[in-house]
Amino acid sequence: MTLLHWATISPFLLAIVIPFFFKYFKRIHTGWFVMILPLVLFIYFLSLIPVTSSGEVIVRSVPWVPSLGINFDLYIDGLSLLFVLLITGIGTLVVLYSIYYLSKVKEKLNNFYVYLLMFMGAMLGVVLSDNLIVIYVFWEVTSIASSLLISYWFHREKSTYGAQKSMFITVFGGLSMLGGFSLLYVMTGTFSIREIIANVDLVTGSALFLPAMILVLLGAFTKSAQFPFHIWLPDAMEAPTPVSAYLHSATMVKAGIYLVARLTAVFGGSAEWFWIVTITGLTTLMWGSVSAIRQKDLKSILAFSTVSQLGLIMSLLGVGSAAYYFNEGDNALYTVAILAAVFHLINHATFKGSLFMTAGIIDHETGTRDIRKLGGLMTIMPVTATISLIGLASMAGLPPFNGFLSKELFFTAMLNVTEYGIFNLETFGVILPIVAWIASIFTFAYCLIMFFKTFTGKFKPEELDVDHVHEAPFGMLISPIILGLLVVLFGLFPNILAYTLIEPAMAAILPGILEPGQVFDVYIHHWHGFVPELFMTFGVVILGTLIFTTMKKWSQSGFYQGERDIFNHVYDGGYAGLINGAQGVTRVQMTGRLRDYFIYMCSFIIIILGYTIYRYDVLSFDTSNLSPIDPYMWVISIIFIGSVVSVPFINNRIGVIIVTGVVGFVVALMFVVFRAPDLALTQLLVETVTVVLFMLAFYHLPKLKKEPVNIRFNLFKLFIAVGFGAIMTLVSISAFTMGGEAGFASISDYFTENAKELAGGYNIVNVILVDFRGLDTMLEILVLGIAALAVVTLIKLRLKGSEDV
Amino acid sequence: MKQKQIKSNDVMLQTFARILILIILTFSIYLLLAGHNNPGGGFIGGLMTASALLIMYLAFDMKMIKKAIPFNFITMIGVGLLLAVGTGIATMLLGYPFLTQFFDYFHLPILGEVELTTALPFDLGVYLVVVGSALTIILTIAEDDK
Repeated sequence: MTLLHWATISPFLLAIVIPFFFKYFKRIHTGWFVMILPLVLFIYFLSLIPVTSSGEVIVRSVPWVPSLGINFDLYIDGLSLLFVLLITGIGTLVVLYSIYYLSKVKEKLNNFYVYLLMFMGAMLGVVLSDNLIVIYVFWEVTSIASSLLISYWFHREKSTYGAQKSMFITVFGGLSMLGGFSLLYVMTGTFSIREIIANVDLVTGSALFLPAMILVLLGAFTKSAQFPFHIWLPDAMEAPTPVSAYLHSATMVKAGIYLVARLTAVFGGSAEWFWIVTITGLTTLMWGSVSAIRQKDLKSILAFSTVSQLGLIMSLLGVGSAAYYFNEGDNALYTVAILAAVFHLINHATFKGSLFMTAGIIDHETGTRDIRKLGGLMTIMPVTATISLIGLASMAGLPPFNGFLSKELFFTAMLNVTEYGIFNLETFGVILPIVAWIASIFTFAYCLIMFFKTFTGKFKPEELDVDHVHEAPFGMLISPIILGLLVVLFGLFPNILAYTLIEPAMAAILPGILEPGQVFDVYIHHWHGFVPELFMTFGVVILGTLIFTTMKKWSQSGFYQGERDIFNHVYDGGYAGLINGAQGVTRVQMTGRLRDYFIYMCSFIIIILGYTIYRYDVLSFDTSNLSPIDPYMWVISIIFIGSVVSVPFINNRIGVIIVTGVVGFVVALMFVVFRAPDLALTQLLVETVTVVLFMLAFYHLPKLKKEPVNIRFNLFKLFIAVGFGAIMTLVSISAFTMGGEAGFASISDYFTENAKELAGGYNIVNVILVDFRGLDTMLEILVLGIAALAVVTLIKLRLKGSEDV
Repeated sequence: MKQKQIKSNDVMLQTFARILILIILTFSIYLLLAGHNNPGGGFIGGLMTASALLIMYLAFDMKMIKKAIPFNFITMIGVGLLLAVGTGIATMLLGYPFLTQFFDYFHLPILGEVELTTALPFDLGVYLVVVGSALTIILTIAEDDK
């Protein structure tokens, strides 16, 4: 374990002790204890910037399951460092914000911060791990933490709905991704991303290339809320606002972006990757921005806006992957898309983070987020209004803020595409900049709606539930102010990021493009002259304003009235179908009658084994090598068979117990005959204890009723019973014969030879139990313990008033 | 409860039970310890102890038994599981795979040459879980008179 490993798991460690802080330091808000950690981590990771900006990487390895090629390898390059800085930096600000947002008296802060730290640790794990399986594990932990945080106010029905939805969708994606990772392993024989990239020829030449790519992309798209999986994100807004700002705009939803960026070096350069990622991204961008303008809830607007911005970054990564097709080194024609993606990723985290926080402040102070009820807050909440204005102007793409710069780069990248002349881009390529431009118009429009509906117009105190609306406390404003300042700072001086964060990240996304020692040329500036991008921005401003000013007209339309995405019907319908289907299966399967269960199990075994025997023709009898049967064995067998056959004909319970007891004791006798004292002893004791148990259980049961005789059903039961017995007999005889024919050594020889030597015991039965197969035994006693507890729960915790069965 | 009504004055049963339980318990502990080299082991020992205790429950009334066995069988399951898992984890702390068992021969005062194994605490865990589970199940069903 190195320092880097400890840093990665430190949030989990802190999460263990947080409940105690909450319990014993009631007077201090638990958030203060939490905040120290991301702050320290942020400073630690900042100190690593010189390493990555000089093109170095840090690799730290700890074996986990080396036999399966799963190692806890951590890997810091430009891309992962950018993400850990986002995670810890935004994390610090969000925790600071939450200290003022969540009351230390009313809220269960222990739960909140445990989940939040769990998320933070998992997210660090996702972006730092080099091993795909480790990434997968952390990936699922982020899904779980996200669901727990969405349902933090679990008494609200909407919260649990949103949590469940996000869980279903992201875990579905996670499982697909695991499938994709496995296929990558099949192709390359390693789970290490670095090694896969080094052996990328094995992947590109394989028939599994496309399936692996699609499965991995399903994971990335569900996590990053890409169309049509985006529907979980708006419902995730039921989470407390600090969570929305942190997980659902700045970090977790970018995990999919991270994965796509990371695997560009593996899949990039193919037409499929280019088109799937680009089209999904652009569709998401368009769908999100159009959906956002019809939302009335501030957080819903931001949710759809996040969806759309994630689509923007995704489409840039798709377009940028063409760099691998050309492989011409630092040719800005191809790499500008990756530059734009990385830059916009940072910008989005700053402006969207601040916007979520101001939306939270408005909600906190006015009690509502409905833009129809809000208005005129500019004079009442001047600081909040200013921060919002900066954030929204940046998101809308206005100079001099950072959003303007990355949006110009976005247009440049989309315009460049038309010059590629590959992947049918000469015909369809022109659609890309057009879609990008139209989506930007809608983005501009909803930014206007959000600002003017909230802060200008008439203040409507009668619509609000709170008496006195005022500016938020200073502590709550610190975080959004810092983010707002960053928006301005990165807008005015974008080049402070250029070679510290952006270039190393680009080099990490596109390894192998540059010659060793080369760097990408990153020069971001406001004025390019009168280029198409500038005119596109003019168009966005004019048409966006037009949409806003005509809002009165189109707000009457059905488009504006509806808010819910139509894809929710698919989800809800699918969910209802799943529940109905599961209930149907359960009704058929769980009848509550032991007899039915036996019929199912036995018929299944008969069918499977019977089919296998028929299909592979494996019946064989070898009678040559059998020992003679002693006369007393005939006696034992006849007693055995006779008592078994008589059980169904006995009509009182005591009789049944006694006869099954006889069966058990005869089995014990057989063990004695075949010289297995341990088994015989165990069998005897089990029989003894079972008889007592049966007696006790039957004391509670009603008298055996005479069942109406149904000849056909009885014949069916007879068939099952005889069939089961016959099949088992055939299988064991054949197995014995075939084992002899194939020359398999009996497994008991190994135990006989090694019991003394390896385990120091003469009794091989016991040695097998405690040593050779110790894990089996451990799990068996676990099952035994669980069974005992189940009996206690069934009987002692029975619902009052329910009928005794 | 049915047993209560039958047993209260059953002198014969109680007298025999006292002797029987002692013998069975002793034998069950012998089985537990002998398991490594002779027939026996945690499962068998546990079942035998359970049957000894069952005789006790059949012969005496609850008040007396509560005094004689002042612990909870559910806790016993937990202790047993912890012991079994703990033996496995202990070897992990020394850098061996989970559940690696060790044995060696020691010369102890009075007892002489003795083989000590890490399998014994593991088997003891099995023993405790078996006794705990068997009695928990039986007593829960027996005490249920609703």
